[in-house]
Amino acid sequence: MAKIHVTATINGEEAEFLCEPQQTMLDVLRDELSLTGSKEGCGSGDCGACSIIVDGRLVCSCLMFGAEAAGTDIMTIEGMAQGEKLHPLQQKFLEHAALQCGFCTPGVLVASKALLDRHPNPTEEQARYWLAGNLCRCTGYDKIIEALMDAAAEMRGE
Amino acid sequence: MNYLGKDVTLKVVGTRPIRPDGVDKVVGRAAFGADFAVAGMIHGKVVRSPHAHARILSINTKKAEAMPGVKAVITAADLPDIASEEAFVGEGPVNFRDLSRNTMARDKVLYDGHAVAAVAATSVSIAEEAARLIEVEYEVLPHVIDVEEAMQAGAPILHDDLITQGVDPKPTKASNIAKRVEFKLGDSKAAFAKADVIVEGVYRTAPVHQAYIEPHACVVAMGTDGQAQVWCSSQGQFMVRAFCAKLLGIDIANIRVTPLEIGGGFGGKTLVYLEPLALALSRKSGRPVKMVMSREEVFRGSGPTSGGVIKVKIGATKNGRIVAAECEVALQAGAYPGSPIGPACMTPFAMYDLSDVSIWGFDVVSNRPKVAAYRAPGAPISTFAVESAVDELARKLKMDPVELRLINAAKNGTKAAYGPTLKDIGYIETLEAAKTSPHWTSDLGAAPKGTKRGRGIASGFWFNIGGESSGAVYINEDGTVTVVSGNPDIGGSRASMAMMAAEVLGIGVERVRPIVGDTASVGYSFLTGGSRVTFATGMAVTQAAEQARDDLCRRAALLWEIDAAAVEWRDGMAHPAGENAGKFDPLSLAAIAAKSGRTGGPITGKASINAQGAGPGYATHLCDVEVDEETGHVKVLRYTAIQDVGKAIHPAYVEGQLQGGAVQGIGWALNEEYIYNKDGRLDNPGFLDYRVPVASDLPMIETILVEVPNPRHPFGAKGVGEAPIVPPMAAVANAIEDAIGIRMHNLPMSPPRVRAALDGAKS
Repeated sequence: MAKIHVTATINGEEAEFLCEPQQTMLDVLRDELSLTGSKEGCGSGDCGACSIIVDGRLVCSCLMFGAEAAGTDIMTIEGMAQGEKLHPLQQKFLEHAALQCGFCTPGVLVASKALLDRHPNPTEEQARYWLAGNLCRCTGYDKIIEALMDAAAEMRGE
Repeated sequence: MNYLGKDVTLKVVGTRPIRPDGVDKVVGRAAFGADFAVAGMIHGKVVRSPHAHARILSINTKKAEAMPGVKAVITAADLPDIASEEAFVGEGPVNFRDLSRNTMARDKVLYDGHAVAAVAATSVSIAEEAARLIEVEYEVLPHVIDVEEAMQAGAPILHDDLITQGVDPKPTKASNIAKRVEFKLGDSKAAFAKADVIVEGVYRTAPVHQAYIEPHACVVAMGTDGQAQVWCSSQGQFMVRAFCAKLLGIDIANIRVTPLEIGGGFGGKTLVYLEPLALALSRKSGRPVKMVMSREEVFRGSGPTSGGVIKVKIGATKNGRIVAAECEVALQAGAYPGSPIGPACMTPFAMYDLSDVSIWGFDVVSNRPKVAAYRAPGAPISTFAVESAVDELARKLKMDPVELRLINAAKNGTKAAYGPTLKDIGYIETLEAAKTSPHWTSDLGAAPKGTKRGRGIASGFWFNIGGESSGAVYINEDGTVTVVSGNPDIGGSRASMAMMAAEVLGIGVERVRPIVGDTASVGYSFLTGGSRVTFATGMAVTQAAEQARDDLCRRAALLWEIDAAAVEWRDGMAHPAGENAGKFDPLSLAAIAAKSGRTGGPITGKASINAQGAGPGYATHLCDVEVDEETGHVKVLRYTAIQDVGKAIHPAYVEGQLQGGAVQGIGWALNEEYIYNKDGRLDNPGFLDYRVPVASDLPMIETILVEVPNPRHPFGAKGVGEAPIVPPMAAVANAIEDAIGIRMHNLPMSPPRVRAALDGAKS
């Protein structure tokens, strides 16, 4: 089967790849581009471990074809820190011990960023419903919510 | 030595530093099972049974083998036929023969999802297509899913040679009851005569999956010289090594297992599934092989924990003293014997000081995946029944449930029904903390129209274990320190290992780099399970750090040319002491390390121990719920987890264990269950239909850490990971009863079930 040639902007840089028509964006990130920070927990859009931001929208990359990436601007977990400088969400997740095994963490961080991009001052309830698509089996979500709210406050300069 | 005295000031232990592996995990750099790759690797896929119970008549692999890109196909014929042999490698006893047949079916398939063949090919898509080309001819047999049905005479028999153990006289006919166990203290039957009040009930729990978000994954490479390498996510690299060696007939020295980051396990990664198959595929193809389960495979092919049926009967005087208690537990083991029936029987009354108790248990096979450990295996199931019954007792006696528990609470010196005399326990302290907590003393608040609110309390016990552990401490030439231990870090244990070593050495934790060693670079360590790592491996690391510290003192003495006994270690530095005090400037760890070549070479400490004296864990949980009378939906409004943790080494990660365990328990209570259709196929093998709690289901989970130190650990630590999943189901059920006046006997207490209970109460 002929492969499809795709160009997109990924984490601020021009990226170019060949993919099979049935390959998901998650497979492309992990297998073609070696961006293994996005995880596959279910492959059916239920766990959110593969969350990425595509043209400003939060997307499960396992539900998107690689070919659909053509011409889009994508952010993955690997693009969240600025070089050595962690994003405030990443820093607060560390300070609040908001991760245990860390497998869901990339997806939760990307989803949290997508929330704060839209709603810089979310209520706890808003944050809980926004993250309802990101399963975490270790933490019970408590420290994730704490870290998210603390990061939001810091980003608002409070 | 220990660091428990009042004159000891701890500088690192008890603080909340950022975990040493944290940055890798927030930037996406941490390598989990499926993130690993080696050059030349090919991809393996498993063919699984669509039947609950069937005889394998033939397997035709020719079409798959002929497909371009396919490098190897295996069936049970490619693996040794292992003889029955009990092993103590995993969490709880495992039979090597059963494990081998669970990994790859031989003669019969015993559940929907049972592996029958595997294929390796140059791409995942070719492997998947080739797997579909493998033709398996089955003779479908009658199946049995339910535990009570499996116990009945005339039920389809899974194993023709399974004779019930623990029954006298020994039965002559095969059955699905693998084992009967009994624990007795005093004479419960006679003691019921002393009771003014008796409560009785039958409770049922559904099998639930550990539901770690990371599916099982491994990469293996087997050379033509027989040397094998395994890189995988598991709860024990030495466990993987032992199982693979046995299942493939390889010497242990010829397998090296490197642990990758583990994306959750909760007991579910204490066995092997893919690794032996990948090794067989690699041996046959001569190529490294990668295998990753899909989520559906995780649900169908890996172990959930048992569902169970529990009969409980408790008698008390009108003053609230429990005088007699009985419990009978039957647990699903899945396709092969080995449910957690032992701990299920030993734990549910361990909160109480009782003189007359009987507990009977049955280990029952049925056509489901073989169960695996899940956080305090067995205890949550039986405790749900017992703690529901204790709540009933409090209602019947019109007593406060905390007071009732305090009257009967186990304390130091209590002889537990399962044998030992308990010591250094903090159960009463958790009840006292509950009584005065902001949660228990708060008002429930007004219920919105159409809802009712209630509050529940329940307690739980878990043994915690010690066992074999190794740790090494290397003092590096620049004054930094490397700590190597043999246990996969499942919830922050590298942080606690680094903290304990830093405390002993008197240096900042940021100078200590902890890693988890592979099987060839650290001494044997029993797997990460039983809430043992901070206790047992922490003890090994502490001893290793003490050896290094003592050697640092000796080296300073050599540099000063004084007696080693005249050197004292304080604040990360060697100080001349006694008559030499003040004669020399203190030498820092870095200064001594820099000169180690002149004083005898590298400075290291190593300890391999069998840690004894783990302190048991007691937890008491409080739960407020709001029940929607129209839909039957139960919302958890407020939740507090209280636990005796001995000493919290890193309190934030201890709180995290309590919160995570509580929420898994809430899922077990309200949502989660395996649903089989009439053909014995699993109907909900995905996260859409197997519903674990999500963020919007929950409130914040409050925690109260009670610290009654364990004197047998250098810093007083007790295991903390498992106890928190024991009380939640009863805590939720007791809150529901408080809200709607109905005792829920069956889990999960899902909306249809609660709605049916409400309808039943009306009619």
